[in-house]
Amino acid sequence: MRRVRVVIAKPGLDGHDRGAKVVARALRDAGLEVIYTGLHQTPEQIVETAIQEGADAIGLSLLSGAHMTLVPRVLDLLAAADAADVAVFCGGIIPPDDIDALTGLGIVRIFTPSSSVEEIIAWARAELRPLEVAE
Amino acid sequence: MSLLDRARAGDRRAVSRLLTLLDAAGPGGHPAVAEALRRRDRALVVGLTGPPGVGKSTLTSALIAEFRRRDRRVAVLCVDPSSPLTGGALLGDRIRMQRHVGDGGVFVRSMASRGHLGGLSAGTPAAVRVMEAAGFDVVLVETVGVGQSEVEIAALADTTAVVLAPGTGDAVQIAKAGVLEIGDVYVVNKADRPGAARIVRDLNAMTALNTASARPPVITTVATEDEGTAALVDELVARGIRRDGPTAVADVEYVEDEAALLALYGDAAAPAAHNGHSGLDARARDWLAAAALCLLATADAAGRCAVSPRGAARVLDDRTLVLPDGPGGRLDAHRDVLANPRVGLLFLVPGRRDALRVGGRARIVARAPYLAGLGADGEPAPSAIQVAVDEVVLYERWLPDAF
Repeated sequence: MRRVRVVIAKPGLDGHDRGAKVVARALRDAGLEVIYTGLHQTPEQIVETAIQEGADAIGLSLLSGAHMTLVPRVLDLLAAADAADVAVFCGGIIPPDDIDALTGLGIVRIFTPSSSVEEIIAWARAELRPLEVAE
Repeated sequence: MSLLDRARAGDRRAVSRLLTLLDAAGPGGHPAVAEALRRRDRALVVGLTGPPGVGKSTLTSALIAEFRRRDRRVAVLCVDPSSPLTGGALLGDRIRMQRHVGDGGVFVRSMASRGHLGGLSAGTPAAVRVMEAAGFDVVLVETVGVGQSEVEIAALADTTAVVLAPGTGDAVQIAKAGVLEIGDVYVVNKADRPGAARIVRDLNAMTALNTASARPPVITTVATEDEGTAALVDELVARGIRRDGPTAVADVEYVEDEAALLALYGDAAAPAAHNGHSGLDARARDWLAAAALCLLATADAAGRCAVSPRGAARVLDDRTLVLPDGPGGRLDAHRDVLANPRVGLLFLVPGRRDALRVGGRARIVARAPYLAGLGADGEPAPSAIQVAVDEVVLYERWLPDAF
């Protein structure tokens, strides 16, 4: 079986990528192939990157408070690109009400500052799988 | 419309799926991938290699921009190392290339080396073929940051650019073997930094000592400022597509022993390699009298072969012939003969479809009565190659009509 490929991206304007880098490193240690895009990515760039990289999952790191705008946009663009099967998870400062709302939209998992690296690794190993490739 | 047709029509999801299928099932694992690998489309394949931190990814991004200004479709394969401990990988090359993400003429794919040594991943050569089949004009391959022996890229690319930057080592590092032997082009990036001029000087000194090939150019760039990248692209384009067939390795079966060879041709078609001595009989002598061209095959002590053209031979007796020196003056064949006397000769007559092969042992003659009339215009020849004949084989109706 091929390895799981994950795009880790920071949408929007906040410039704090320590959390994204910690998660990227943790997923690498979980045996995944992690593609890191760097800061200030638009939802369009993120979805296009996921398509080019053949990603099975996308992790979005948001500390700016714009998650209720940017995350649904990523999901919409994935659906429009016939890539709705790509699992999307989030990390960042996201209030409990918004966690419920985003989960309702199809976000598979949301990590907050209280999540440990071990928790993230255990989740990735258990839940992320290579997608079937359509013709 | 097939997956490959969609990829060739510019559908990027189709390109991505071909690469993922190649990854998941190997070169022969899916019909669309196998079809892509059978195509003979050629792109300009450029390898970028060099130590970590010299700016390979930034330079790759600048090259993308320059090729796009020239309206070329560009695919990029970036190889980063996998962890030997977990098998995971953190692929960060494309951070430097994200400015091209919205451009429909650019496709960037990251690859993990997965324990493959040599600077690439095992799947990289086939991935290059997929990109060529998908219709890209240029394929840039960025290797893992290399030390001194990750030289696989040279076999894959039309042109291999070895990238260095100030602070990556002194003249002795530059003289070491490996990655610094494979550059078709040397790039000194971060050329605005102190020490750049010294690296250029050291590289020029090194390449001046190259004996085997043409001297590679040294080009300076400041990739962050797009400086020097137009000159680099000019050089890459001028060097052009050099591979004449698929580089790939996919779907090829090799013959490794005589039994496998006979299975292809049958016993009768493959007589023993050396037919035994029939001597230079009257028929062979008549033939040699008519032959205007001889191709002389030699090998050096290590078995490296060369072929050089000669003029007509003179027959001395039924076991000896002599080849006068041509006017060319290259002594490659002479040096080979001194190291290894075994030679093969093929005599050709324009307009005839047969050819005469002679095998034997050569010596270089410095003085002999027969040298007197052997040179150009009847002058004495300075030396000649005298061949003791071991075998004579006539190839009948072997050459194409047009010869």
